[in-house]
Amino acid sequence: MLHAHLVVDRGRFTLDLPLDVAAGEVVALLGPNGAGKTTALRALAGLVALSGGTIELDGTQIARPGGGLPPERRRVGVVFQDYLLFPHLSALENVAFGPRSTGSSRHHARVMAAAWLDRMGLGEVALQKPGGLSGGQAQRVALARALVTSPRLLLLDEPLAALDAGTRLAVRADLRRHLAAYDGATVLVTHDPLDAMVLADRIVVIEAGKMVQDGPPSEIVRRPRTEYVARLAGLNLYRGVASDGLVSLADGGELTVEERMTGDVFVAFPPSAVAVHRQHPEGSPRNVWEVTVAGVEAHGDLMRVEFRGTPSVAAEVTPAAAAELELMPGQTAWVAVKATETHAYPA
Amino acid sequence: MTQPSQQQYRRPPAILLLPAVIGTAYLFFPLVGLVVRSPWGTLWQRLTEPGALTALWLSLLTATITTAVCLVLGVPVAFVLARTRFFGQRFVRALVTLPLVLPPVVGGVALFTAFGRTGIIGVWLDRWFGIELPFTTTAVVMSQTFVALPFLVIAVEGALRSADTRFEEAAATLGASRWTAFRRITLPLVGPGVAAGSVLCWARALGEFGATITFAGNLPGSTQTMPIAVYITLQNDPDGAILLSLILVAVSILVLVSLRGRWIGAG
Repeated sequence: MLHAHLVVDRGRFTLDLPLDVAAGEVVALLGPNGAGKTTALRALAGLVALSGGTIELDGTQIARPGGGLPPERRRVGVVFQDYLLFPHLSALENVAFGPRSTGSSRHHARVMAAAWLDRMGLGEVALQKPGGLSGGQAQRVALARALVTSPRLLLLDEPLAALDAGTRLAVRADLRRHLAAYDGATVLVTHDPLDAMVLADRIVVIEAGKMVQDGPPSEIVRRPRTEYVARLAGLNLYRGVASDGLVSLADGGELTVEERMTGDVFVAFPPSAVAVHRQHPEGSPRNVWEVTVAGVEAHGDLMRVEFRGTPSVAAEVTPAAAAELELMPGQTAWVAVKATETHAYPA
Repeated sequence: MTQPSQQQYRRPPAILLLPAVIGTAYLFFPLVGLVVRSPWGTLWQRLTEPGALTALWLSLLTATITTAVCLVLGVPVAFVLARTRFFGQRFVRALVTLPLVLPPVVGGVALFTAFGRTGIIGVWLDRWFGIELPFTTTAVVMSQTFVALPFLVIAVEGALRSADTRFEEAAATLGASRWTAFRRITLPLVGPGVAAGSVLCWARALGEFGATITFAGNLPGSTQTMPIAVYITLQNDPDGAILLSLILVAVSILVLVSLRGRWIGAG
């Protein structure tokens, strides 16, 4: 369906991203700010020229370096980050704008727009200007406006970022329903892993303009391949060389793991797998090392403690335990991780 | 911060107060003078004389045509200046704003050298089409356009610069051609700027004197606009000049009040 290789030279960094999306599939581009997600989206929409690569949609090339179709002829629908609803037009006129611009009669465009607004549950606010809409309503109007032109590719730029936490949950579930009903290819950009996991069939992680990981949400969470993804998933992540269950870490230290592997590997484990002690613990854990408290912060009902050491590690403890262990920055402690709680996989 | 200290801070320094009062009074007293010295006794008789209203009508008509011409020519100039980059852009922008600082009478002379009967363009207009522009109502509109166009261009360019171009991108992704996006999105969004520019443009055209009398002359009924009529009348009928001035003031105030708060200023 969508078959693209996006190369955009921005001076500061170069976006170089192969991207294939099947019909009906929802792919999330996940990455930190400045990773090139929005640039990728703008290149797909035709708002940024390619410096290299190609974009094919439905077997037709729509962009190549120094050329391609202008945005208005690409059959690509875009939901912009702050929706960009035309402030001087009512919700209905906003949605009717696309059909009107592509040759429908005024009457036909309005009928189509009204049908979409009804479908989105927005019939009552059809005549309101965007200024009078709630964030969730504006988001749905933007989605209706993009979908009414029946695009073959739907692009969403941080579709939930402009919403407050309360409405976000409902709008996210709603958006998921609408995306499931859409038969074209969808690419959405987000820096929120939860949005990506709920909305997407597949996640493509981008950092500094490059794809670093590509897979279904569960795979991304379970087997992160970069520090960024690991932090998003709340995991400790290390890279090293394994030799019969012992992994020598790239940044110093070593970890005993359950899997018998050799070669370049990642080792991941959740902060909850880390036991914290004042003294060197007795007993079975194979991975025990001394660390210094670097920082403590509340993380839900638990305290998340960052330890500096070889290797550095994050642990989760109860507030009571944190007090008992006197986990103040600078304080030394011992951490232990059972081999059975680690997860090693090929790098 | 508490209420009293805030009020305290809003009080201007005493040293600014006196010049502020003098400045305001300076703008106010000439208008009072016009009202006080107007020949109120013969007002109605003078108003109904054919000459007075002819000049007023010509002024209103030409200023309105000029504003229309400036809109048609000026909005595209503003768009190109605001949204594109091209070689010599700084030169073009300087050229567009030059009439703002140029003495209008110089503008009139310049128009003569371009569109006069022997001017660099006028000579061909005369030879090929038999068109003579100077001393016609068309020349009045041309003179007014020359001095008023920059006001419109600057106002609209400013509005375009502060408008969010992403709305045009959104329109493009919805299938709108550039022209459709301009017509249905950009233009409405910069509407207030265009309106403010039009008001300035109209007011400038209404008051235009120097370029008009130089290039269009002083022919009652076809080129004698209100400001020219005021000046000519003043030579031998001061009372009449005062009355005509009063009419212009009234028209200007009427325009300001009818637009107040809607497009210009915060009022």
